[in-house]
Formats: sequence, C-alpha cells, structure tokens
Amino acid sequence: MSDRTSDELPVSAGMPNDDPRPRGEDPVDSDEIDYVAPLEAHAASVADPNAKPILEVRDLKMYFPVKSSGIIRRTIGQVQAVDGVSFQVPEGGSLGLVGESGCGKSTTGRLITRLYQPTGGTINFDGRDISKTSARQLKPLRREIQMIFQDPYTSLNPRHSVGSIIGAPLAIHKVVPRDKILPRVQELLDIVGLNPEHYNRYPHEFSGGQRQRIGIARALTLQPKVLVADEPVSALDVSIQAQVINLLQDVQREFNIAFLFVAHDLAVVRHFCPEIAVMYLGKIVEIADRETLYNRPNHPYTQALLSAVPDVKQAAVGGRRERIRLEGDVPSPINPPSGCRFRTRCPIAQEICARVEPPLLQIGQRHKVACHFAGELGKHPDRPVTAPLLGVDDTGAPDPGATPSPLAANEPGYSDTWYDLERKTMASA
Amino acid sequence: MTVQASNLESEQLPDPSGAPEGDVSKLAGKSPTRLALGRFRRDKLSMVAFVVVALYILAALSAPFLVKFGVLDPTSFNQELTDPSTGGLPIGKLGGISWEHPLGVEPQTGRDVLSRVWYGLTFSLAIALTATILAIVFGAVLGIIAGFSGGWVDATIGRAIDLTLSFPSTLMLLALSSIGIQLMADILPGTFSDPLPNGAYVVFVLALFGWPGVARIIRGQVLSVREREFVDAAVLLGASRRRIYFKEILPNLWAPILVVFTLTMPAYISAEAALSYLNVGIKPPTPTLGNVLRSSINYSSADFIFFFTPAFLIMIIVVSFNLLGDGLRDALDPKTHR
Ligand SMILES: Nc1ncnc2c1ncn2[C@@H]1O[C@H](COP(=O)(O)OP(=O)(O)OP(=O)(O)O)[C@@H](O)[C@H]1O
Ligand code: SF4
Ligand SMILES: [Mg+2]
Repeated sequence: MSDRTSDELPVSAGMPNDDPRPRGEDPVDSDEIDYVAPLEAHAASVADPNAKPILEVRDLKMYFPVKSSGIIRRTIGQVQAVDGVSFQVPEGGSLGLVGESGCGKSTTGRLITRLYQPTGGTINFDGRDISKTSARQLKPLRREIQMIFQDPYTSLNPRHSVGSIIGAPLAIHKVVPRDKILPRVQELLDIVGLNPEHYNRYPHEFSGGQRQRIGIARALTLQPKVLVADEPVSALDVSIQAQVINLLQDVQREFNIAFLFVAHDLAVVRHFCPEIAVMYLGKIVEIADRETLYNRPNHPYTQALLSAVPDVKQAAVGGRRERIRLEGDVPSPINPPSGCRFRTRCPIAQEICARVEPPLLQIGQRHKVACHFAGELGKHPDRPVTAPLLGVDDTGAPDPGATPSPLAANEPGYSDTWYDLERKTMASA
Repeated sequence: MTVQASNLESEQLPDPSGAPEGDVSKLAGKSPTRLALGRFRRDKLSMVAFVVVALYILAALSAPFLVKFGVLDPTSFNQELTDPSTGGLPIGKLGGISWEHPLGVEPQTGRDVLSRVWYGLTFSLAIALTATILAIVFGAVLGIIAGFSGGWVDATIGRAIDLTLSFPSTLMLLALSSIGIQLMADILPGTFSDPLPNGAYVVFVLALFGWPGVARIIRGQVLSVREREFVDAAVLLGASRRRIYFKEILPNLWAPILVVFTLTMPAYISAEAALSYLNVGIKPPTPTLGNVLRSSINYSSADFIFFFTPAFLIMIIVVSFNLLGDGLRDALDPKTHR
C-alpha cells in the first residue's frame, strides 16, 4: 500500500447510494442466505504469485512450562504447543492454518502478534526479526500486526462503549486529535457494516456477528499490514459466518491486508485462503496452494480432514465417498509420539514412522508434505519415499551406505526445485 | 467501497430496553450499570429487601438524634414497671406493652425495649459497617495485587490467606479478648468497659479474619477477567500496564466488590450478635442488637415478646441483606459477559 502515510482510510467516499436499506436502521433484513453453501457468496480469493512475503516465520517454537503444584513450583515438563513451524504470508495475501483443537493454531497466532515470547525461531516482519523485540519496543509494531479473536463475547470489554472500544487504539497511539476520534470510529463502523450512530452502545446490545464486526473494526483502526484472524467465525451461526467472511474479504482487498486465517476445518478457509497449512500437534504436516491441497492432498491427516468437508468434490478424496474416521484422541503435546506425531492415529503407519520424524519435503511447485508414505489417497507408496533422502533404510534404521540429502531443511516458502515422488528425482518448473 | 449491503446481518438486534421503535433515546446505549439497575428494579423480592435495608440504615442513623432529643430512652430504669414478686418480670400483658412502651420493658430494669433495640441498631450497624469496610478494603487491595502480579507476590499473599483462614478464630478472639480490649483502651479514648474499645476490638477481629475471604474472591475475579480476550486485545493495541489495569480490568471488579460487600454486612451483623452472646463486644447499658439478644435469651419462655424482638429484628435484617446481595449479583452478573 503506497498511501499508508495518509491518516484517512481511503474509503466511504465511494459508498454506493443505491443501497436499498436505510443505513440508519438496525441491520435487520430479510436477505436470503444460501444455507447450502454459505461460503460461496464471494468469489474465492486468489494469490498474487509475485507478492513479496510480508511475514516469514522460521522454525518457530513455543514450549509452555508445566509446573508442579505446591509451594516450590518446579518445571516438570513442557507443553510443546508449537514445535518448529515455518511459513510465509505474502503481502496482501492470506494463509490458512487448519487443524484440530489443541494443535497449536492459536499459539502460532499469538506468537506472531507477540502476545507470547517464542521459545525459539524467528518471526520476520517486513524485513526485521520481531521474535525477540522487547515489550517497550513492540509498541510501534503493534500498529502493523493486529488480531481478530475467536470469542466475540469475551473479546470486547463489557464496560466500554463501542465508541471507546474502537477509538482506544487511536487514543493510545495518539494518531488523531481527540475530537477527530469519533468521526473515525463512525467511519469504521460504517466500513464493517454497522450503524455509525451506534457508537455509544455497549457490546451486550449487539449479537455475536455484530460483535465480531466491532472486533474487526477495532483491528482495522490502526490500518495494520498483517491481521491474525483466530477462528473469527467459529463462534457464530453458520448463516452469519458467510457474511463475516465476506466482510473480511472486502477489507482485505480494500486495505491490502495480509491474513493469517486460523480455522479448525477446511471448509471455512477454502474461499478465503489461496494457500493453506495443515497443523497437527504443533507441526505443519502439509502446506500447499488451495487447488493442490483440496484436489491432491498427500498427507493421511489432510485426507482425513478433507473427507469431513461435505461439499468438496468427490474426486478430491479419490472418488471415495466415505468419511475417514480417525481413531483415538490427539496425543498430549507434553509427551508427543516419537517419530511422526500422527503415527498413533495414522491408518498407514509403519515401523519407520515411530523411528524417524518425516521432514516437511517439497514435492511440487507449491506443495510440501511431511510423511514417509506421501501420496494421494489410495496411492500411498509401499516403501518410505523419504528413506533414501534421510539416509535410513525402509524400517528407519540408519543406513551407512546412504548419503542424506539437504532437502529436508525446515525453510519457509518454496524453492524452485522439488523432489518428484513419481520419478524419485529432483524436478523443477 | 466494496462492502455491500449483503453483509448486513439478518440477525435481530437484541433490544433490552424494550423502547418503542423510532424512539430517539434508543440510539444512546445503556451502560451495563444502568441495565443492572433496570434489572434490579424489576426484581420484586430484591426491591423489598432493598427497602428493608434502607429502613434499617435510616433507623440506625436516626437513633442517636432521637435519643438526644429524648424521644428514645434506652438507659433509664423504670423499676416500678416490673414486679419483684415474679423475679422482676414486667407488669402487664405481653411483656408490659403500653403506649409508653410499645414493645414493653426489660425485665428487672424496666428499660424501654423499643428504645434499646432501636438504639442497638446504631451500634450494630457501626460495628458491621466498619468491619466490612476494613475487610473489603484490605481484602480487595490484596486480592487485586495478588491477581495482578502473580508469581511470588501472589504466592505470599496466598499463604497469608490460607494461614489466616486456618486459625481457630473464635477461640483466639475469646482467649485474647481482655488483652485485646485493654490494648484498644490504651490506643483509643475510653476505658476497659467503655463501648469504644470493646466495639473496636470486635471490629478489629472481624476485619482480621474477614479480609482473606474477600481477597480470595477478588483474586479469583481478577484472574478470570485477566483471562478474557479483551485484555489481550488491549495488549495488542499497545496499551500500557496502567491502562490495562485501571481501564480494562478494574471496571469489571466493582460489581463483585459490591456483591461481596452486601453479603459481608449481614454476616457481620450476626457475628456481632454471636460475639455478644459470648460476652465479647459492647456491654450494657449501651445497647447493641447482640447484647439485647443476650439479655433476652434467659426469658425465652417467661417474657416471649422481649425474647422475640431482638431475635426477629436480627433475622429480618440479615435475611434482607442476603436477599439484596443475591439480587445485586443477579442484576450485575448476567449476560454482560456470557
Ligand atoms: N498459556 C498456556 N500455557 C500452557 N499451555 C498452553 C497455553 N496455551 C496453550 N497451551 C497448550 O498448547 C496447546 C495448543 O493450544 P492452542 O490454543 O494453540 O490450540 P488451538 O489449535 O488454537 O486449539 P483450539 O482449536 O482449541 O483453539 C494445547 O495443548 C494447550 O493446552
Ligand atoms: S509418516 Fe507415517 S505415521 Fe506419519 S503420516 Fe506418514 S505414514 Fe502416517
Ligand atoms: Mg485456538
């Protein structure tokens, strides 16, 4: 965005006046909502292949200490909530982060916004590493990276009016003089589709979806470059979800904001994110552009998640209809399984999976997967594709004859060459 | 502008005010406090309790003036109204009820019962209120500090709370009463048998053993408020610690503090009575609800009205305060943070 120096949000001048609804009224209408596929309302976002990464996360780790109870509280273990995650978010683009509850999605988001101090790794924002920046030095940075929270009922202070909630960032950063705050608040309310005259109402007077809009307005106030949306719609009714997602899509285009969009299922991120990362127990197991991930997922976990999405074309899951049910519960991140963390629930696990951790291997132009038996559903290879690269034999025992290849480095982004699973050689575009 | 009208939600805006459509005042939001007041007013039982409590406070405040102007006379003996042949019971029916003495007179002494309980309200209120304020101030301050700072500060305050709560407080207070009252008499004006040192000792003891309960509740509230996402949002917006504590968290603590207050008051009113029964506290001739009750207990069958009056009053006041506290909690707590 070139005109970021301007304090004015470059909108609302072109508000369409053919809006059939009187804007002064409460946003109550009789819009038909497409209940069958509510997320189809807007065209899917597409990636700009030339966009520079605005955010680059490398080998990010967050271990929470587990303390013993009692007077002397010793650290008796660690929750490996996020364990070596790398990815990029392009300027104005969006990356989806998907996984079951407890896999570390929120923790990743909170690391990027620096609500937490990472245990390890770097967070490169706009050319500088912010992973170790002190709380004081973070203040100017706060304007650039904002967050939308999961629960609209706890993310707004019930004691503050909407005007002071949305105006707070302006007052804190002294961006505009006091008497200009209210007009800006009203402008923001208008942008998120709320009645600008409602600035002196309190959060409890709004519905969940409207509260989430207030949270979005607050996040937009400082015109951030990166927005972390932590399951912004999972607390809302299905009928409202589409509207809020459309709003997010609108503001993304309007203000060229890069999104890290966290969700717990693949259906929600599908239209929002041209690129999606799937997390399991603190690690990324598969990351790819949308088409590849939905049509040719290579990781058994992604395949299981996808089979639970109702409206994905059947071809996507190898023409089979049945849903893949994962056995058992997610293991504890305090004591994750050895080797591949998914092996306790993986339908195709073998001996090597318990011994060696599969590297996140690039297997396509924009496709990485962390599985020894990576392959499309029903076409998983019989022998571990990774064994020769890691210098181990098929059972995972060290193979003295083999030379490990450097392919397995945990780098963010994609390289120009990748390992072709079919031909077992390097390939390039 | 790409935000289309289709984004507008089909949700109905919940309108708790119930104001008619098009009413101008509808646009102005109702603060949670005003809403709570509205809810409270609609709750009949709480309103009754509120009126009783208000009457109690009014009566307690007016008593000293009524005594001064001679309307109430809690200390004069009227031994001509008692019958020495029955062991000093009041002459006449129902404990000697008459126009002069609407609730009768005290056995033996013939002092006016209405004057004694009425003036007794003043001392009960004084003791309960000071003790409550002290307990709440210390408890809330320590609870807030513990909840905010965490770490070793929290651990230290937590230990202090546990330690105080594990004391056998009633025993202590009885065992130490003469030393304690003497100490109070040394610091404060008045002698060992005057109301002030005796009352101060009770206040001191109630507050000493009362603050930990308050601190524990408030600490829990701070922790739960701190966990809510709006605090994270404030951090993300670059708010200072000061701003977060005073603007984001503290405003959410007034409600629980108020509720704790209204629930501590009745506890201390009955505690004063219980302590008086154990002969700790303000002694006659100065009346308190507790010492009037204590002297009436021996007459539970011989002079029922005399026995019944203070006991019934204490019950009414305690129940009303509790109902008021519950009503406030219900009015303050609900959907504001669903
Ligand atoms: N502050 C914390 N202290 C200790 N453990 C934590 C903390 N925050 C998260 N965890 C643990 O880290 C793991 C990942 O949590 P996280 O909230 O990131 O999961 P999530 O993917 O966002 O799940 P959900 O879908 O339920 O929001 C969980 O096991 C959680 O218990
Ligand atoms: S590495 Fe093994 S256990 Fe892990 S997903 Fe692949 S096959 Fe399953
Ligand atoms: Mg989460």
